[in-house]
Amino acid sequence: MLGIIASLIDGVLVGLVYGLAAMGLTLIWGVMDVINLTHGTMIVGGMFALYLLATALGMPPYLTLPPVLIGGFVVGVALYWVAVHRMIGRPPLMSLLSTFAVNLMLIGIGTGLWGTALFNVSVSLPGLSIGRYTFPGAHILAAALAALIAGLLYLFLHKTRLGKALRAVANNREAAELVGIPTTKLLAIAVGCGVALAGVSGMLIGTLFPFTVLSGDGYQLKSFVVTVLGGFGNPVGALMGGVALGLLEGAVTPFVPVSWTLVIEFALFVLVLIAFPNGIFARRGAL
Amino acid sequence: MNRLCLLAAAATLFAAPAFAQDDTITIGMTNSLTGPLNVDSLGLQRGEEYWRDEVNAAGGIKAGGKSYKVKFVTYDDQSVGGRVQQLYTRLVNQDHAQFLFSPYSSGLTAAAAVISEQYGKIMIDAGGAEKKPFLLGNKYLFMVITQADDYLAGAIKALAQKNPHARVAMVYSDDPFSKTVLAAAKGQAKDAGLDVVMDESYAPSTTDFGPIVNKIISSNADAFLGGGHYSDGATLARQMYDQRANMKWISILVAPGDDKFAELGGAALGVTVPSQWEPQVSYKPDFGPTTAEFAKGFEAKFHAKADYHAASGYASGAILQHAIEQAQSIEPEKVVAALNATDVTTFFGRVKFSTDPASHGLQVAHQMVLAQWQKSDDKLVRQVVWPQQAASAPLIYPISASQ
Repeated sequence: MLGIIASLIDGVLVGLVYGLAAMGLTLIWGVMDVINLTHGTMIVGGMFALYLLATALGMPPYLTLPPVLIGGFVVGVALYWVAVHRMIGRPPLMSLLSTFAVNLMLIGIGTGLWGTALFNVSVSLPGLSIGRYTFPGAHILAAALAALIAGLLYLFLHKTRLGKALRAVANNREAAELVGIPTTKLLAIAVGCGVALAGVSGMLIGTLFPFTVLSGDGYQLKSFVVTVLGGFGNPVGALMGGVALGLLEGAVTPFVPVSWTLVIEFALFVLVLIAFPNGIFARRGAL
Repeated sequence: MNRLCLLAAAATLFAAPAFAQDDTITIGMTNSLTGPLNVDSLGLQRGEEYWRDEVNAAGGIKAGGKSYKVKFVTYDDQSVGGRVQQLYTRLVNQDHAQFLFSPYSSGLTAAAAVISEQYGKIMIDAGGAEKKPFLLGNKYLFMVITQADDYLAGAIKALAQKNPHARVAMVYSDDPFSKTVLAAAKGQAKDAGLDVVMDESYAPSTTDFGPIVNKIISSNADAFLGGGHYSDGATLARQMYDQRANMKWISILVAPGDDKFAELGGAALGVTVPSQWEPQVSYKPDFGPTTAEFAKGFEAKFHAKADYHAASGYASGAILQHAIEQAQSIEPEKVVAALNATDVTTFFGRVKFSTDPASHGLQVAHQMVLAQWQKSDDKLVRQVVWPQQAASAPLIYPISASQ
């Protein structure tokens, strides 16, 4: 019984980080209906930024969060101008292809620079134990930071002038332009925020697990599942979707062979798509 | 006159490559330059390249009164099985490769073996340890490494000696190689009287092993055998350490065989890995360089230490060279006969192939060693701990004794 409770707690901790990773993807989708296929690679970017800053420059791992956030924002704005801007208003397949192309280039550059060798950032924090089960301190802190960042994003979107303008653009771009909101600038900011969130989630994941240049694929796939569970274009829903996915993984693993976990996850993914085509907590255009 | 000049130029153009072709052996292969198998494949590739450069520097392979220089034709298979068959067909038909080296991994090697057999090309396999392709009646496929069935045999013997009542959790990647290794290990563990309390596979794309580690703890296991390839094996080791699974014994496939595994710090300490070769093991070679010569030359060339992938890559070339020199010919049937008769010890160990039609080409002589990450002068190093006669350091059991 204790093992099941431990797995559920583990699921919630990791689920919060999955949720944060998916928030970047769903934010961009919510504002401009663009599926960013560089998402997984941007998560890996956060991991490598953590590794380089913590290992090469000797920064404490958690102090790398602000530079990763800022760097991610800058990279996101650049991504908007390179791969997204000209695709706005075109069929969704165009932006899908353009971000896919950029993703392939980034993976190629990453593989050329680092190969697919393994990188690890050791974080030593006291954990919490219940009986024989231990919750590593890094997991607890990553989950707390993910929840904090999600809360700050909520406040940014609902309480600041810029956030409200972003929501207005997501709601009705033409109407937003008519009232004087510089929509192009805001679209670039939205991609910047989305990539910054992906980078920060990557940085947090990097404190939990070893990683390679190709680690992003798994997290991108999870982000899609989380986005569907949480509702397309709904960042807060994404956090709930992440927790739901983590809980599902935690709840299923003690009872079935672990190789079935993915099958069950994706069966649920398909079922949710059939029952709720826009996701469970869909609030299209309202962020 | 102009026509004559043109004819002469054309004749020169066509004649020169034909002449070069006579004294060159073309060996084709794919490497995983990109994709998840990149790290292991790179070691194999470097070993093969080092052998080629050494042979060419020594004047080439000598057979039938000629000296053949070795030329490689390689492609990136992107770690994808679907690419392998296309590329090996191209290597045979367009690049006119006379011999083939296998790609890295059992899955990719099985795919490539279909093509090598179809075209009657000898393929030396140093990248795939699964025996299934060797049970299909293939005539041109030869494995220089120990087959997957025997990967964990040494680990189980060593564990049974330290703790005859060990409770073993087997958790491994859902891929052909890992499944074959662990299926055989399960039987060996039961034969040794060990109690297998958990036997499960996970999807190769698994990123978080937290719930799996909790399940291992719940199973009351005190020994762990499993893993698969690079990323998953390292993540498993780190999460078992972070979640204080308190295993007394951990054997993980492949990942701990790479020097970068030491980056895991405390999580690497005490972890054992079955290895095809380690620099501490010194066989007395009948053919080719000694272990020290190979390790030193490799490090000088690539500024990296040789691992077992690199050693097996070099060995695949050395064994082909040995067979050609024994056959005194590069004709496939003569080289096949020489390979069938091969029983030679190189720095990599003894190599002999099965000539039984039911398992033709399977490796029957080469032996694995068991290496363990231990502390030496405050640094993490891999020591050979099994078999005892080849050990460079005593086996540390339980793992907590090495902390």
